[in-house]
Amino acid sequence: MMFEVLQIVVPILTVAAAIVAVYFRDLLSATIALAAMSLLLSMEFYILQAPDVAIAEAGVGACLTTAILIFSIKATKRMEDEK
Amino acid sequence: MDETSKIIKTVSSVMFPFVTIYGLYVILHGHLTPGGGFQGGAIVASGCALLVVAFGSDAIAKRVKESQLSLLESIGALGFISLAFVGIATTFFYNSLAGTKFLFGRIPPYGSNPGYLSSGGLLPLMNLAVGTKVIAGLFAIVLILAIATRKKGGRSK
Repeated sequence: MMFEVLQIVVPILTVAAAIVAVYFRDLLSATIALAAMSLLLSMEFYILQAPDVAIAEAGVGACLTTAILIFSIKATKRMEDEK
Repeated sequence: MDETSKIIKTVSSVMFPFVTIYGLYVILHGHLTPGGGFQGGAIVASGCALLVVAFGSDAIAKRVKESQLSLLESIGALGFISLAFVGIATTFFYNSLAGTKFLFGRIPPYGSNPGYLSSGGLLPLMNLAVGTKVIAGLFAIVLILAIATRKKGGRSK
């Protein structure tokens, strides 16, 4: 019962986090939303019986990509320009 | 370059040993539990990236040089290849799990996950080599990116 609820809730939250990451104007907030999407995606991998991929996704997707994007934001601009 | 707050520095200092220990656990138990050299190395490199984000690239670049990381990465690759040559008498990548009592060559008992740490043949050593290479490579990527973006960040503001 628990896993059926999780299998419905976690993909919805993943897609919601991805949509939120697209619509943010503040790029730092978008980066954090992308990290949350990656963490939820790793939880989805774990639910689908792939813990190996889940560890790799949590380490690379949620941590290292976020650090690299934060450095990129620090070198450029934080807010996305509206035209 | 603007400094991060004291909360971020303290939390990063507290979290870093636990992240490192967990990553080393994933590397060392790579032949028993989910995970392995790449996953554990990515976890340890995430802890190092946490330090780089919290303390800035200047403080980290004083302690760790890029040439040292490059050397460590080469040691990992050479260790993996030379471990593959251990079983050259029979086949390349020979698994000493099957019969010979060379290094960790004990046949594990049947059953669901007997959990013997020294039961993987040469695979724990190969996981260590891959983990060393992944730690050094990913940490070098993050550190070089932090050093390269440091100068432009001060100028554009």
